[in-house]
Amino acid sequence: MMLGASQAERRLLPEGRLAGPMPWVIAIMMFLTALAAAGGLAMGSAANRLGADLGRQVTVQVILADPAQRDREAGAAQRLLAHEEGVTAARRLGDQEMQTLLRPWLGDAGLDRDLPLPAMIDIDLTGAGRDRLDRIAQAVKAVAPHARIDDHAGFISPLVGLIRSLGLLAGGIVVMMGGATAAAVVLAARSALNTHRRTIDVMHMMGATDVQVARLFQRRIALDALFGAVVGLLAAISVIILLGRRIGEIGSGIVGSIALPALAWLVLLCLPLLAGLLALLVARITVRRALVQTL
Amino acid sequence: MRGRLASAALAPDIAPVRKRPETACERKAEAQRMSGIVQFENVGLRYGTGAETLSDLSFTLAAGGFYFLTGPSGAGKTSLLKMLYLSQRPSRGAIRLFGEDVVQLRRARLPGFRRRIGVVFQDFRLIPHLSAFDNIALPLRIAGVDERDLVTPVREMLAWVGLADRASAHPPTLSGGEQQRVAIARAVIGRPEILVADEPTGNVDPEMAARLLHLFDALNTLGTTIVVATHDIHLLSRVASANVMRLDRGRLQDPTGALRYPPRADGHA
Repeated sequence: MMLGASQAERRLLPEGRLAGPMPWVIAIMMFLTALAAAGGLAMGSAANRLGADLGRQVTVQVILADPAQRDREAGAAQRLLAHEEGVTAARRLGDQEMQTLLRPWLGDAGLDRDLPLPAMIDIDLTGAGRDRLDRIAQAVKAVAPHARIDDHAGFISPLVGLIRSLGLLAGGIVVMMGGATAAAVVLAARSALNTHRRTIDVMHMMGATDVQVARLFQRRIALDALFGAVVGLLAAISVIILLGRRIGEIGSGIVGSIALPALAWLVLLCLPLLAGLLALLVARITVRRALVQTL
Repeated sequence: MRGRLASAALAPDIAPVRKRPETACERKAEAQRMSGIVQFENVGLRYGTGAETLSDLSFTLAAGGFYFLTGPSGAGKTSLLKMLYLSQRPSRGAIRLFGEDVVQLRRARLPGFRRRIGVVFQDFRLIPHLSAFDNIALPLRIAGVDERDLVTPVREMLAWVGLADRASAHPPTLSGGEQQRVAIARAVIGRPEILVADEPTGNVDPEMAARLLHLFDALNTLGTTIVVATHDIHLLSRVASANVMRLDRGRLQDPTGALRYPPRADGHA
């Protein structure tokens, strides 16, 4: 191969690795890109999980002051739901669970045994059950006229929407960082061209083609970019792991659902390669465009 | 192959052999020789909006000829050579190299032409961070010669220019004369069809100048067309077969009639 990746070729551009600021600029950009990408991927994953899990959960409340009638209607609804198509589980919350749920708002003093509490039944639906929720609700109403159906999707969907928006924002940031990386490569390539103008002129006069000259620069710039990207990614992974631990310590259901799936880690690990390829491509185009201006 | 060619270039005792052309390739080469390897027709060169640096240049250089280009400083010698080695396009007129119009030549085709032309620049233009060996090997590497095949010819060339023991030295550590010899070795290593040298003996002692001219003569004997720009009038008499082109204020004079068209058929115009 003409001017292949030989020692001789490498000697044509003598500056040592990391001689310029570009690898470090790329490292910073990759750090931010990886954080944004991780955030976006985690948000997307969380939104999907929330949508899938909570969207299939429904609560039936029987709100009656008369405890006997309340138990009667709740029992009828639970028996119906146990055999209803599309329902995987129907579990009535016990008194102890109800008090646990209410204690943060009412305190121990407020949990008077005379306080009428609704009977609550948690229902898990299949995908098909989700589609026929209206028919299930009608059936429940038929046996428990005072029952109210609370669809979790109703109050979780705005949150899922917000999380998806944040994920898209993170995606937009990743794209912008890619553009900024390309711009940094353009500047680095132009600077390298100016630095090595004399060498390029001599090579041209000896019959070197633009492709041969561009190959020198694109290889060098791509390797610099790859180095910077790996450094930036390692720093970002450290931060992501630390943040993950902190999120895990919160223990909240929704916040805790923000986690990076295995595929997301794979995507993150591919980012330096993508940065290297982007740098190679941009450097090649930049150098060849600049060379076309010369004779 | 290249190694053998380069080695052959160093053999000063090889007599020129010009047999009757038999193959199509030989006939084409002979036709090119007869019509001239370089043709300038009403060529003018102007930098920017100033006056013409070179005007109305019309001449033909025969393939295999040896030409000295002389003239006072500022006469336009380097500008003429630049057009010859395709570093500069003319403002007007026509230039034909190797039988093809190069004024309108697509840029992508220039490297192919440039590989057939060796250039010794006035300021050497050695690459400072490459060793003498790598500087000389550069044209071969650009042409795609395998690393194993270029070691012998480069070492032979280094020996010929008296720098066998300076192969790993870098240009900043070489004297002016040594740099000039490296530049010359680099220009001739690929056995170019045309060798263009701008003041090639300006920084060497008379003995080395004689050796370099001997090298040029040997190359010329093997068929390379040589064009040497020089101030040194003593140099002109060193090559018996050489013709002289004289530039004065951007216009070419032809004191020996060497540049007439068509050239004489004996290969030396």
